[in-house]
Order: sequence, then structure tokens, then C-alpha cells
Amino acid sequence: MSNPARSLDTTHFTQATVKPTGDKSNSRLRVAQPVALRATNLHKSYRTGSSEVQVLRGVDVKIREGEFVAVVGSSGSGKSTLLHLLGTLDNPDRGEIWIGQQNVSALRPLQRDRLRNREIGLIFQFYHLLPELTALENVMLPHMIGSGIFNYWKNRGTFRKRAVELLEKVGLGHRMNHRPSQMSGGEMQRAAIARSLVARPGLLLADEPTGNLDSKNSDEVMQSLMTMRDEENLTIVMVTHDNEIAQKANRTIRLFEGRVSA
Amino acid sequence: MYIFLLASRYLRTRFIAVASIISLTLGVATLIVVNAVMAGFVCQMHDRLHGILSDIDITPPGLGEIHYVDSHLQEIRKIAGDELEAITTIVRVPALLQYNFAGRPMTHTLTLVGIDDETYGTVTDFQPFLLNELNREKISFELRESGYDPAMGDCGWEWRRQMAEFEQASRRQMEEIYRMRRQEQANEPPRLPGDGIQSSIRTRTTLPELPSGIPLLPEEGIQETAIAGNSVDLLRSTDSSDVFRPAIAPEDIFDKSRDQYAGIILGKAISHRQIPAVDGEPARDIYLLRPGDDVSVMLPTAGSSLKPILENCTVVDLYCSHMHEYDSSFAFMSISHLQKIRGMIDPLSGAATISTIQIKTKPGTDLGKLRDKLTSYFPPDLAMVQTWQDTQRPLLNAVNLELTILNILLFLIIGVAGFGILATFFMIVVEKTRDIGILKSLGAPGRGIMTIFLGYGLSLGTVGTAVGILLGLVFVWNINKIADVIQMITGQEVYDPMIYFFDEIPTIVSPWMVMWVAIGAITIAVMASVLPAIRAARLRPVEALRYE
Repeated sequence: MSNPARSLDTTHFTQATVKPTGDKSNSRLRVAQPVALRATNLHKSYRTGSSEVQVLRGVDVKIREGEFVAVVGSSGSGKSTLLHLLGTLDNPDRGEIWIGQQNVSALRPLQRDRLRNREIGLIFQFYHLLPELTALENVMLPHMIGSGIFNYWKNRGTFRKRAVELLEKVGLGHRMNHRPSQMSGGEMQRAAIARSLVARPGLLLADEPTGNLDSKNSDEVMQSLMTMRDEENLTIVMVTHDNEIAQKANRTIRLFEGRVSA
Repeated sequence: MYIFLLASRYLRTRFIAVASIISLTLGVATLIVVNAVMAGFVCQMHDRLHGILSDIDITPPGLGEIHYVDSHLQEIRKIAGDELEAITTIVRVPALLQYNFAGRPMTHTLTLVGIDDETYGTVTDFQPFLLNELNREKISFELRESGYDPAMGDCGWEWRRQMAEFEQASRRQMEEIYRMRRQEQANEPPRLPGDGIQSSIRTRTTLPELPSGIPLLPEEGIQETAIAGNSVDLLRSTDSSDVFRPAIAPEDIFDKSRDQYAGIILGKAISHRQIPAVDGEPARDIYLLRPGDDVSVMLPTAGSSLKPILENCTVVDLYCSHMHEYDSSFAFMSISHLQKIRGMIDPLSGAATISTIQIKTKPGTDLGKLRDKLTSYFPPDLAMVQTWQDTQRPLLNAVNLELTILNILLFLIIGVAGFGILATFFMIVVEKTRDIGILKSLGAPGRGIMTIFLGYGLSLGTVGTAVGILLGLVFVWNINKIADVIQMITGQEVYDPMIYFFDEIPTIVSPWMVMWVAIGAITIAVMASVLPAIRAARLRPVEALRYE
């Protein structure tokens, strides 16, 4: 499994310009790190009936490998839209997105799907587990999607081992064969974290992962995320409303009316 | 891998899909049942048609005759070569059949066929349809003592002797009546007006008892029955002073109890009626004619100047092919006798003409090809060469058309099921919009999403079709029991053997038919899932994820 954070293009090598605000213990940020994600001049608008709503109006973002960046802002400021664009779930009207050395805008749909499957982990506020599958099957889903039938069949032992390992790490070793309907919100979100990391992506994009959880579950989920970040050498971009969680990030990007505010 | 996993999970967990596959299942089962029953009927019909007909018929137009029969037969043998299995000649002529039943004259139009009892059975399946078991082994136009179906009651010589005895007794009774009448006329004063002979008969005589099996006749019919057949000739040959004294030597007098006319074999439907069960009375069979009875046949002579011939015949057997068209309109007699009475034998050369040459070919022969070869020898103005399918073309075409239309209509049922699947799938796609978004966010390509729904449609189609085939086959295998149960519940006869002439509902399950039905049904199910699958594949992940 390739990892863009581990094979970055050196032409994007620049000095970190933003002072870390959250987790000071990450020594990787004390030296210059390759850019894991770069977005320039992103524009995005949506049409609602006859009117057009400008959601993003020229957003520039540069995130380095191993960084944990929190994207904050009021409702409607474009946080989720930015995350969707960075996660290649949607196309910008204008601007470019680079993940590692890949210009996402230049990729064909199939290549983009493959990139999303292998290089990007996505976590959503509402967990988005498939209700027909067990926790283990949900976690193995990226492998099922990314591998052909024969490749999956050949490596199913390895894939399963990895999924079990992740579920155990997030504290769901006993819930592997449970369906989402049999799990609590916190457990579902932790299963979603395990699923997002099973293909060993370098980049993790989380859209308010604790937005639907109580404080106890929220803490557990964040704890799991932090553990995983260290163990998997992840770059994390997290959209959040929660200032306390934002405090845990290396830095914060604040959006206001579709622009990055100072 | 995820495609199979999700398609199978959707199949197991989305019970709404069950509704859509029920219609598919019923459609498939209906198609299997209808096709099996139709195939059974068509096969039975083909067997019966082919049984009565030869493989190839060579017939001149109209009532024309074929001359130089031997040279034609020789040429046919040469042309057909190894493909020829048997050959026979027949004479076919329209005729009127007349007989008395319950004192009333009954008339029936039919086709009289003169057959060669040695070769006809080798060309057609005529023999197995004869009701006398001895005739089934060897055709004979002589009345038999035994071998008749006991269900028919007294038949053959036994019946004929009973009838002769009855007629003789009736004649004696008539003689007594005439004698008494003469005495009355001689001794009594002149009668008053209205005092007729009938009153004398009723008061002074008793008629002989009827043999069992004969329906009771009205009194005015007795005279007519008693003087049937050759009795007419006997009465005519006597003078008025001694009515019943024969004018010829006793050994030359036709004695019904020991003599018969030319033998004739009648279709069962001509002589048999079945009275359906009414008011608790069971259904019963009535034979208007049975082996041993005499009939009169009127037919035209051969040649250019048509003249009617009236010929007395004795029914020697009945045949039952279960094809009403044949059983009600054909009668058979010896070809040599028919040629003789119609004047088809040249008095100088002794050569006889015929009306049809019938050919049986060896199995696997291409009948069309052989027909074409024979047509080059027999130009159409001389004789028409036709295979048995050509002869029955209108009927076979009508049945095939019926079968085709029935299949189209029934496939429309599956089409309706297809639209059911389409609607269900659109609902499932809407219901699964969020899941589609999740899969896309995990990197599933549109093609993969489409394949999930196509696979789901394929699974539904396969399950629905498999259950439908199973249901259809179980129904077909037990169709007669099911008909009995329905009859028991509703009191209405589901299948009437009197109408169809088959004892049971015939069915044939062709593996090819099952395969085509299965392919058709599965294809319709998959086609119905294409549009929803395309729609699912085109969903943008962001929109799908926002969908709640």
C-alpha cells in the first residue's frame, strides 16, 4: 500500500510558516516537513433554485506531513465543502488541489476513486457505516473495494488481520461481529476511524467526528484518533465546532464567509 | 468482492425485493405450466395426426384416380431408395352412411377409405386404434366372435345372432298379426270407422323380449327395425299371397345369424355417444352402432359419369384415435371390395385404379426433400405430393400461432414483473443513497456501484426464476391431482376427457423451454435493474452523503 506522506515530492519542500497551536509534543513539526496537501485559490458555489451561493471564494491551504489541522468556522462558512473538495468527493469550480505530488484536478474519475481508496481516510459526523455489514466487514470494506476479487481472496488473511488489529486498537475487539444498529454512537465512530485507516492512508479527513457524540464518547473518539495519528504517522485535517478539540490540533484554519481568515 | 457481498446482503435483508420477485416467480411458473401443457397437447395431437396419416401422400386432384399403379409404385421405390420403409395404396371417397337407431333412420356423411389390410398397418398407426384386440394384431374385415372390449357390451357374432333372433321373432309376430287380420276380415262384419288394425295388435299379441343393450323402441319403429338390411330384399322377392316364403334356395338366402355383408370399420365418434352425469346419475356410454350391426352406405361410382351406389355393410370393428375429426368422419373397408363396387377395376386387364399412394419413410428421413424429389416425378396436375405436415398445415400453423401468442402474452406478465423490479429498485436506490455515498467516499467507482445493483437484479432474477421453475415443475408434475382437487372444491369439471379425448392432461417439459424461460426472465430482471443502477452510479458522493 503506497502512502503519499511517505513518498512526497521534494519540490513542495517548504518551511513551516504557521506556529503550532495544539499538540506541542510532535517533534516532526520542529523541522521542515514535506507538504502533504495543498490547495490554491479554491472556489466553489452551489445553485439553489435560481440563485447561486458562493461557498468558497479563493481558499489557499497548505498542510504538511504529520500535521493535525483543525478547520473551524461558523455554520455555512464552507468548512465541510472544503473538506469534501480536499477529499476529492467533489470538484472545485476553480483552483487546484495537490495531494503529495498528485494534482487531483488532473486525475480521471477512476484514478481519483483509487486515490481516495488508498491515500485518503474519511470520517463523517454520522459515522456512515453500512448497516447490512458487521463492524469487521465495514472496516474491511476499503480493501474489498480496492482489491480485485482474486487479490482480495489471496490476501484476505492479511486484510482481516489488519482490520482486527485496528478494531482492537480502538477498543472494539468485542464488537467485531456486531452490526451498526447494535452499537453505540461512540462505538460506531470508532469503527469508522478503524475503517478510514485500514488501507494505511497518509491523509485523514474528518468532518466533525465528535459532533454527534456526548463528551465521554467524544473524548474516547479523540483519544483513538490521537493514538492512531501517532502510530500510523497521519496527517489529519479535522472540521470541528468544538474549540476544545481544535486546541488539540497543531494549528487551526479559520474560515469566514468562504475565505481563510487571519 | 464488495459487489457480491452487498448484492447478497441486500437480497437477504431487503424484503421489499421479495414482493418484486413474487410476480417474476408467478410469471415463470405460469410460462412453464402453460408451455408444458401446450407441448403435451401438441405432441399428442402430432402423434394422433401422424398416426392416422402417412408420412407422404400422393393424391390426384378431386376424386381423380391414379392409373398404372404398379409402375408408379416401382418408380417411387426407386426414387425413395433406402428411405422407404413401407408403401400402400388406398381409395378415398365421400359417402353417406345410414342406419336405424331406435326406429329412426340416422344419416351421417363420412369419408370412406378402402385399405389394403396387409399393408395399410405398415404405413400408418391405424391398427393400435382399433377396438378389437385381434384386429389390432391383424386387420380383418370379417366379423369376429371375440376380442371386443367388454365395456361395449355384446359385440360381434354374438350380438349379430341376438339381433337376428330378435328380427326373426319380430317377423314371426308380424306374420301372426297379418294372419289374424286376414281371419278378422273374412269372419267379422264390416268394421266401423276408427276401429283399425293397431287396436287388434295391441289387444291380441305380445312382442318378443328385446336383447339386452338395445334401447326400448317405440312400437311404430319395430317394423322398420325388423326389416333392416337384406330383409328388404327378402320381402321384395316374395309374392303377395305368401309374404315370407323365399323365392330362392334356402342355402343362398342371406341369414343374418351366419352371414355378413362387406365389413366396414367405423370411427368411434360416429357410433358412440357419452351421456354426461346428470343429477347424481353417472355418465354412461351409448353405442348407436356396434360390431355386428348392418349399415347402408351410399357412394359415387368411379369414372366420368357419377352414379350413386347403395351398399349394405356390416360393422366389424370401431376405431378410436382420440382425434374427433378423424373418429367422426372416417370409415374403412377393404380396398378390393371398394374398387369392385365403384367400378375401378378394368374388366379387360383386371388392373385397378386407386386414389392415393401412401408412403412411410424410415426414421430421420427429410420428408421435405423426399417430397420435392417425388414432385418432380408426379407433376401437380397428375397428383399432389404432400407430407403429413403439409396436409395438416392450417391446423399445425394455427396451433403454433396460438402457442406463440400465448408465450408473448405470458412474457408480458414477466415484463410487468420487470417493471415491478424497476420500481422496487428505484425505491431501493433512493433508500440506499447514503450507502452509495459511503461506498463512493471509500473509493468505489461508479461502475462498481452499478454492478452492485445489476448483481442485485441478477440475484433477484435468478432466485425468482429458480423458485418459479420449481413451482412450475411441481405444478406440472401434479397437474392432474391439482385438477382433481380444484374439481372437488369448486364442483366444476376442470378437465373433461370427453372434450379432449385424453384421459389425463398431457404435459411435456422440454429442458430447452425451461432454459429459454429462465434466460428470458433473468434478462428482464437484469434489464429492469439497469436504469436504477445507472442512476445509482451517477450519484455524486457529496449529494449522496448529504442525503438523510
